[in-house]
Amino acid sequence: MLHHLIRQAAQHGFGDGLSPVPLPVPSRRGFLKAIGAGAGVLVVGAHLPMPALAAEAAPKIIGPADPRPHAFIIVAPDNTVTVLAKHLDKGQGIVTGIATIAAEELDADWAQVRGAFAPADQKLYANHFFGLQGTGGSTAVANSWDELRMAGAAARAMLVAAAAARWKVPAGEVTVSKGVVRHAASNRSATFGELAEEAAKLPVPQQVKLKDPKDYVLIGKADLHRLDHISKTNGTAIFSMDIRRPGQVTAVLARSPRFGGTVKSVDDAAARKVPGVIDVVSLPVGVAVIAKNTWAAIKGREALTVTWDDAKAETRGTDAMLADYRKAAEKPGSVAANKGDAEKAIADAKAKGGHVVDGEFVFPYLAHAPMEPLNAVVALNPEGGCTIWAGSQFQTVEQMVVAHILGCKPEQVKIDTQWAGGSFGRRATTNADYIAEAVMIAKAYPKAPVHLVWTREDDIKGGRYRPLFLHRITAAVDAKGALVGWKQRIVGQSFMAGTPFEAVMVKDGVDATMVEGASDMAYPVANLAVDAHTLASPVTTLWWRSVGHTHTAYAKEVMIDRLAKAAGKDPVAFRMEMLKDHPRLAGVLKLAAEKAGWGQPLPQGKGRGVAVHESFNTYVAHVADVTVDAKGQVKVDRVVVAVDCGEVVNPDVVKAQMEGGAGWGIGHALRGEITMTDGVVDQANFDGYLPLRMSDMPKVEVHIVPSHERPTGAGEPGVPTVAPAVANAVFSVTGQPLQTLPFSRGGIVS
Amino acid sequence: MVRINVNGEERQVDVPEDMPLLWVLRDELNMTGTKFGCGIAQCGACTVHVDGTPTRACQTPVGMLTPDSRITTIEGVKGKAAQAVQAAWQKLDVVQCGYCQSGQIMSAIALLTDNQNPTDQDIDAAMDGNVCRCATYVRIRAAIKDAAQTMRA
Repeated sequence: MLHHLIRQAAQHGFGDGLSPVPLPVPSRRGFLKAIGAGAGVLVVGAHLPMPALAAEAAPKIIGPADPRPHAFIIVAPDNTVTVLAKHLDKGQGIVTGIATIAAEELDADWAQVRGAFAPADQKLYANHFFGLQGTGGSTAVANSWDELRMAGAAARAMLVAAAAARWKVPAGEVTVSKGVVRHAASNRSATFGELAEEAAKLPVPQQVKLKDPKDYVLIGKADLHRLDHISKTNGTAIFSMDIRRPGQVTAVLARSPRFGGTVKSVDDAAARKVPGVIDVVSLPVGVAVIAKNTWAAIKGREALTVTWDDAKAETRGTDAMLADYRKAAEKPGSVAANKGDAEKAIADAKAKGGHVVDGEFVFPYLAHAPMEPLNAVVALNPEGGCTIWAGSQFQTVEQMVVAHILGCKPEQVKIDTQWAGGSFGRRATTNADYIAEAVMIAKAYPKAPVHLVWTREDDIKGGRYRPLFLHRITAAVDAKGALVGWKQRIVGQSFMAGTPFEAVMVKDGVDATMVEGASDMAYPVANLAVDAHTLASPVTTLWWRSVGHTHTAYAKEVMIDRLAKAAGKDPVAFRMEMLKDHPRLAGVLKLAAEKAGWGQPLPQGKGRGVAVHESFNTYVAHVADVTVDAKGQVKVDRVVVAVDCGEVVNPDVVKAQMEGGAGWGIGHALRGEITMTDGVVDQANFDGYLPLRMSDMPKVEVHIVPSHERPTGAGEPGVPTVAPAVANAVFSVTGQPLQTLPFSRGGIVS
Repeated sequence: MVRINVNGEERQVDVPEDMPLLWVLRDELNMTGTKFGCGIAQCGACTVHVDGTPTRACQTPVGMLTPDSRITTIEGVKGKAAQAVQAAWQKLDVVQCGYCQSGQIMSAIALLTDNQNPTDQDIDAAMDGNVCRCATYVRIRAAIKDAAQTMRA
């Protein structure tokens, strides 16, 4: 649903957050339907209703004259095959993933395959789920599956045709394997590089035959290395933080300590005296200190005296906000789901020997805190527009916003996407955020390329958090232990409100991203009522790795364990009974339980918990083992993950995402929280916003369900179930449900 | 002028003495393999070796170093431990976003230079100062053990 809505929102346009500008989006409505076809043989042109798309999906094979064409595959005379990623790789391995898909159909040798980021170009590189170029929602592999197979197959066909022409033999007699084109009968062969220039002159084929999955030599194989595994271990991988343009200056920005605050007055005399400081400029978003190097910029900012106007700022602390949330929760909210009569079902269960369970859940604000603090380099171009070097995640949005700031055309905004040092959702914003800041500074200081650097303090205090949420749930099992009624109220902020997405993402007062995973839960509750209150605050919020599922899956799965206990049922058995019509959810639950040794007795002080959930069309179950020591301190010992994400392109990359997803979920459940006092964020850096560290990390065992279903995503779905599995493991030992996050609030972790 | 020795080469930089080594490396010497992560020695992304000791460059004012201090960065690591660690990192595909990995590798090399048979507790102690937000810790631990085995062989 999210994808569809984003796509519609894209047509409403993006601006600088103040004045939306129109954004023409080419219609691709037919495409989603088209790619619904099953895997196997696909014929370009027959299944795809739009000839234009087939042409776009096809590659250009080029010589050395054009180093970066608008295409997906470059076969160069030096025999390298470069696959261009229109998606951002922020660690999830998508450059490797899409290169694998293309190389498979191309029959390239993995050793000759390279990855590179595509330029920003909405027409060529729109994400088919969004209608704009951007990465998110764990869509990248699903988006690329047909596109890159077709591109690879077309490129292969062109190389074969070039060889057939050169050798004057029928194309049908030419074979390709591991990057070598052969004609067996005449014992001739040529490398891709040797054929590249001739192949580039040939027409793109209208029809290509895709491989049968049983013939895959790269897809699904565990022994392929990531394409970035060497450059990221010897310091040579370049992030935007490492971009050094001639004459480049560094800027840091003083922002309001309270969300919504604005600059009232600035005294920059002392800042200008700091050695290395070049200029100080006031902007609508804050006060920028421009300097010869980062240290001078930071020192210069420390020397600034800025008075802030808090008239429109958030001045409440998080305790006061939570009190307001609780007040709101007393009244019905906007309806997100309403089946049967939950109120009556719960009352009936209570009256007739069933059990009613109440739970209030509190989820804190959470920062993404990617390891690479946000930054971007901007150089204004003499002919108008600019070039941006950034870990760009929403290229089309950034082009639109920057064009608005500079008064140029979106296509005059060139984006050179770099490896991103993490994102977890942070880099995908609806107003281009830090990139817009960098461009505003470059516009005010046009003499040199500007590198805007956020410090870690800017990042932790800088908002765009996973919103603070309150859930109240009342649910009942009847006398036979069947789940008969579920009432849930969700109170929080909508990060869609006030953006160009609002008109379509918020329906009948409910932001889809607040209730996903709750209003559409898989458990077949005949009487389900989910509603939501959206409370406004100047505190900026955003999607955060697995979005609404970060809280909805947690609340649901912890409640399910409490209900199972009330019903006297085993947590796995209770869930299995309810998932009869959800074979893929039942499949991962069964697999995780088996591999974890579910049901085997545990020693004193050890606990085991389970959780299962679908997010982003991927199915995941976690079983967590914990130790609760004599002092009540909790340690997570082991996590077993089962995942079903359809056809797996790179099993080791999926495994890595499940390992990392487990760490992400556990780390924030243990100690992650952003709090505010009188509107000022209490945490500033990793000494206050405590990250998961080596000694916290449990053993992680990953089991992937073999499948030829269409591939789905792996970046986010590994997150939602791990924390509730841990909570349920603790619950199994202590009998105390963990309903306030993080766990450190309850004193059970140091 | 401050004189320092980086990866065996003498370098002169015209910077204030309170400038952290991190910014000297990154902004003055254009050696960007050493990363800025937190600026307060809480994340380890800026780890370099000073006379073999893992050191947070973000909290090391360049004026505190002498021309005799031997600074080693990710660009200049060599030797048995460095080779074993980088090979293990590559063999196990440890990296995800990769931004913290220079620092992780520098800490791991220092650990294995001193201790070629680290226990899990040794690894926790040596590596807890290095944050990885992608949580590649499972593979970092495995790679350190793999590298240790290579070094013992």
